[in-house]
Amino acid sequence: MSIFMNLRIALRAIGANKLRSGLTMLGIVIGVAAVVALMSVGQGATSGITSQVEGMGTNLITVSGGRSFTSNKNAIISSLMYSDYEAIYEAISSQALIAPYYQGNVNVMYGEREADTSVTGITPIYGDVNSIEVASGRFITDQDNLEKADVAVLGATAADDLFAGLNPLGREIKIDGKDYEVVGVLEEKGISGLTSIDDLVLIPLETGYKQVFGNQARQGSEYKISGLSLSVIDAEKVDTVMTEIDFVLRREHDLTLTDDMSFTISSQSQMLESLDSITGTLTTMLGAIAGISLLVGGIGIMNITLVSVRERTREIGLRKAVGATRWVILMQFLIETLTLSILGGLLGVLIGAGIAWGVSTTGLMTATVTASTVVLSFLMAILVGIVFGLYPAYQAAGLHPIEALRYE
Amino acid sequence: MIEAENIIKIFKLGLSKVHALKKVSVKVEDGEMVAIVGPSGSGKSTLMSILGCLDVPTRGTYRIDGKPVDQLKGNQLAAIRGKKIGFVFQKFNLLPRTSALENVMLPLYYSGASTKERQIKAEKALEMVGLADRAKSRPNQLSGGEMQRVAIARALINEPAILLADEPTGNLDTKTGEEIIGIFQRLNRDTGQTVIYVTHDPFIARHTNRIIHLVDGRIVNDEPVKNPLDAGTPRPDDLLGSSWNSEDKEDSEK
Repeated sequence: MSIFMNLRIALRAIGANKLRSGLTMLGIVIGVAAVVALMSVGQGATSGITSQVEGMGTNLITVSGGRSFTSNKNAIISSLMYSDYEAIYEAISSQALIAPYYQGNVNVMYGEREADTSVTGITPIYGDVNSIEVASGRFITDQDNLEKADVAVLGATAADDLFAGLNPLGREIKIDGKDYEVVGVLEEKGISGLTSIDDLVLIPLETGYKQVFGNQARQGSEYKISGLSLSVIDAEKVDTVMTEIDFVLRREHDLTLTDDMSFTISSQSQMLESLDSITGTLTTMLGAIAGISLLVGGIGIMNITLVSVRERTREIGLRKAVGATRWVILMQFLIETLTLSILGGLLGVLIGAGIAWGVSTTGLMTATVTASTVVLSFLMAILVGIVFGLYPAYQAAGLHPIEALRYE
Repeated sequence: MIEAENIIKIFKLGLSKVHALKKVSVKVEDGEMVAIVGPSGSGKSTLMSILGCLDVPTRGTYRIDGKPVDQLKGNQLAAIRGKKIGFVFQKFNLLPRTSALENVMLPLYYSGASTKERQIKAEKALEMVGLADRAKSRPNQLSGGEMQRVAIARALINEPAILLADEPTGNLDTKTGEEIIGIFQRLNRDTGQTVIYVTHDPFIARHTNRIIHLVDGRIVNDEPVKNPLDAGTPRPDDLLGSSWNSEDKEDSEK
């Protein structure tokens, strides 16, 4: 009794009850299609975010601060100070480009239009560190900072929000009620990691300290900064540089090595890792939810096969009477359920990939159908066919020939 | 040749035990044609199941061609059934939606034969029962007599040592039933095929060379038929409509 003969018997049995077989298969089709589609969407999101973050470079370090100490007896609200920047600059300026910035929530308007954003005070190096390109006009210069000039550079979205298609160059916007000349517009960059540079309204840091950020940006006679962006020249040295920053900050703030530090020093690769793990978990969860429907499909297969065994009891009795062994009968029914699940799996993969493709073309989400998704979901369908086909097949194989022949 | 000695078969029905066969001994030589008769519940179908290796005796020995088979396990029994025994059932038991030819081939799938061999053998078997022209017909396109003939062809396909039939005429009208018996007689006389069938009809039984009479799980009579009837002989008046069990047509004892 070869596999091919069993396959022929299986196909004939499936063909004899086309509607029933079709409905049984539908459970598997839907399950597999759901697994493929959802995992593709998950993976599409993962690779999208990952590539954007990687595009920013893996040699970036961000230092931010401002939380209160939890273990410090003096319970000082610890802010990152401009002097911290100077200390860090002194220590590692040969190894990295360092850009201090201060971000404040200030009203930005052009006529009646308002931009939904915050204002960031920067120095020119900020552009180099974050690989910002200017689309038209120019970027903030050292001269601007020196003169505390009333100039601003807009991100693409911010420019659109304020000017709605007008050329912003040379026009005046109001920041906190005061006029600033737009001297440049940035190139559109899309979402980079968790923040977007497209929303930015950039002004010279000195100008900001002088007339925008006010007392919030001061602590005594000292200026605060929101954070530092660093671009390490040698990507291999990111970890070393991070350790040095940690050391300098502890020194500046009189902290021992074991004290809780309220500053966060994070690298792009760390961010990438955590993002990866978040989206990976998401993809797995989506797949698992879809897998449940595959499980339900499997129960459908078992149900129908049990009915089929019951209906064909006499046929089984006859086959045994003319020499079929237990194994042959077992294989006959197992191949039947396998055929259903393989056909269902193939259809499901096609439909799932179709859904993923459809979702991608709408532009709302990117769905990536990977080979591993297809293979995994297809194998799952086969596994379901075997697992849920085994019990009915085992029942059929165990029938006593005489009792089976007498079955009405 | 088959030899069954002191066969005892006990069925458990709930808490009680039913002794279907109580020390039955049968020996059938090659080329014999035997009828097993008896009332409903006499154990004749149980005996047929054991002779056909569909079941094993609780006690006793059973040998086919000198080889003991009473202690064999499921798969070994299946192999014996496939090679040594041909079965014909009261209800034909053909696979639906399957051509006569493929129905006849069925045992060959399990005994292992090439596609070509299956084709040739099945065509030959159909020819032997006079159905060469119906090879492609499906069971629902065949009459009862034709279906039973397909079943006989299927039983013959592996050239079995014994052909066993359980009430082969039970579902057929008198005339068609006699045609089927005629085929058995022809097989027995022309090719020396050993044939054993169960019947409740004394007239059908008298077409054999020997009648074994079972009552209550025991053989009460085992004697040769002096003048076996030829198929087609008119039914004599004294056997008109008579039966060993008048109240029911099919017997299903267990």
